[in-house]
Amino acid sequence: MQTGTDYMAQATNAVIAPFNWLGGLFVAFIRELGAIAIFFTHAFCLIFSLPLQVNKTIQQIFFIGAKSILIILLVGLFTGMVLGLQGYYTLVKFGSEGVLGAAVALSLIRELGPVMTAIMIIARAGSSMAAEIGIMRISEQIDALDTMDINPIRFLVSPRIVASLISFPLLTAIFNVIGIIGGYLSGVCLLGINSGIYFYRIESNVLMQDISGGFVKSLVFGIIVSTICCYQGYFTHMRPGGFGAKGVSLATTSAVVLSCVLVLIVDYVLTSFLL
Amino acid sequence: MTAPLIELKNVTKRFGNHTVLDRLNLTVFEGDITTIIGKSGGGKSVLLKHIIGLLRPDEGDILINNKPFKEMTRKEQTQFKRQTSYMFQNNALFDSLTVFENIALPLREKTRMREDAIKSKVMAKIDQMELSHEVIHKYPSQISGGMQKRVALARALITEPKIIFFDEPTTGLDPLRKNAVLGMISHYQKKIGFTALLVSHDIPDVFFISNRVAIIDNGRIIFQGKPIELEQSENPVVHDFIRGQINLKDDLTGLNTKQEVMDLLIQEMDRANRLQANFPVIMFTIDNMTQINKHVGYITAQRIVQCLSTLLKEHFGAAGTSARFSQNEILMVLPHTDIKEAEKDLNELAVDLQKQEIFQAKSYPKACLSFSVSAGLSEAKQGTDTDSLIGQALSNQKIIAHVECIKQGETA
Repeated sequence: MQTGTDYMAQATNAVIAPFNWLGGLFVAFIRELGAIAIFFTHAFCLIFSLPLQVNKTIQQIFFIGAKSILIILLVGLFTGMVLGLQGYYTLVKFGSEGVLGAAVALSLIRELGPVMTAIMIIARAGSSMAAEIGIMRISEQIDALDTMDINPIRFLVSPRIVASLISFPLLTAIFNVIGIIGGYLSGVCLLGINSGIYFYRIESNVLMQDISGGFVKSLVFGIIVSTICCYQGYFTHMRPGGFGAKGVSLATTSAVVLSCVLVLIVDYVLTSFLL
Repeated sequence: MTAPLIELKNVTKRFGNHTVLDRLNLTVFEGDITTIIGKSGGGKSVLLKHIIGLLRPDEGDILINNKPFKEMTRKEQTQFKRQTSYMFQNNALFDSLTVFENIALPLREKTRMREDAIKSKVMAKIDQMELSHEVIHKYPSQISGGMQKRVALARALITEPKIIFFDEPTTGLDPLRKNAVLGMISHYQKKIGFTALLVSHDIPDVFFISNRVAIIDNGRIIFQGKPIELEQSENPVVHDFIRGQINLKDDLTGLNTKQEVMDLLIQEMDRANRLQANFPVIMFTIDNMTQINKHVGYITAQRIVQCLSTLLKEHFGAAGTSARFSQNEILMVLPHTDIKEAEKDLNELAVDLQKQEIFQAKSYPKACLSFSVSAGLSEAKQGTDTDSLIGQALSNQKIIAHVECIKQGETA
């Protein structure tokens, strides 16, 4: 027999349960971020431990940076061309197509450059970081490093963070330049804006502050992407419900999704501070 | 007896609801080869990972030199770690590095050796492991499982550690290499004097090289002691365990197991006592086994044992039952055989053995070594016991085949 108090308790549970679930999710998310922050601090401090890992860092710069140039060129060119096209048709309604150069350059330098570059590198290098470290984890290679008294975080994560810190701003700069050229192609060569006006507007409107803002963004994105991708791979084995190859695939997926989401969220936060 | 180097006291480890180690106690002494045997999934690897610090126990203590691991400072833990090395069950080679880089990694990361010194050291290890020089630029996934095992062994030995943990070093190797790897471990242990902790299934071969054996069952150590104590153990669980594991014949030589031969010997001696049915036993010894290992390799040493056992079967056929008595000794029991007949057969065997290619000095053009095989007969009579019987056989030994070192330029 159920008494009145039992019904009461059931009803209260039914009301509380969704909040419980939501709260649990949020707490788990914050916890994860905390763990990632500790992981990053650890890896960042180990960058400076002697002897410096110059060779490994150069290898990573080659992999994350140099090998991404082609894709960045391609994506940058088309982003710039689309910006030029869309910007022209919007601006021409107000008769101010002359500021197209400034519109393209500012949106690239302040916003699209860092974000698009980060997303392209996540897709190309971030996923492979997570997968590579994840496989090393499940095949006990990380344990092997540990038994050899080689700090796995120093050996695997620190060079990747340094390489990201160097590669991200450089790739962003390349993206911006090629984007502006793309805007020139569509705005000047196809739609007939005066080429002098295009570059004059860029020169007069882009301030040093815009460039340094974009630079800060790209540095922060570099840290976020490398840390999250390495973290997901490194703790593949702690993942509930995914073992072996399945675990690695889950780790790679969540590395890509989480770093994309965080890049966009942090972009908003940073923009509101930098403006 | 020396103080224990590593001691596990009431170590318990659970994964979820599953208790893997249940109040486990184990002692490892310095300079010993300690072997842990047990069923698959019995927690052997977990045990090793606890000692090296990859896993932490839920309860209980791990004492290193009488000091609990968890009370050790970070520096002391690092110091302990630097003295150890671990050979993983699945090798755990770095698959994006070449074989050479794999073996060189501990030296490159943890020492300040110059690159040419590292190179010569790695090449020396590769030669010792009988790996070909073409292998060094290949990646682990491009070489066979047996080679991977030897690369892993090379990587474990390269830093000259004081304590080495071997997690099933011989699993997945062919019988020749299996014995070769065990021989190698034993050889280096004698030479360098490290402490080894081995997890293995290769009974009885692994007994020949170990000083201590521990059996793990249901997360507990049910026996630990010398191999000889194990054989004499009255504990029925231990007995069943050993029986269950070693009922297979020695897959390399086709010899029977030591247990079988000893059982037969005891049974026949009992018969001899009651019915005065005398019978001979022969003990074969390969002298200079270490020299063979050193100069022409472990595999040749195993081939000699193999060659001998094949001839034993040809000459004595079903009349004799023989087994590896130790690493370089074979004991043969010949029930229902006259000692005269046995002596005649033995002489024929000696002639045949000397003719074998393996006993021709020209088979070893690069090395200068001498070794021999001796055999000794003794007769079990009423009133003799096994120890004196075997002792007598050993003292009666004569050389039946030998290889003499011939320096180049000299003639035989």
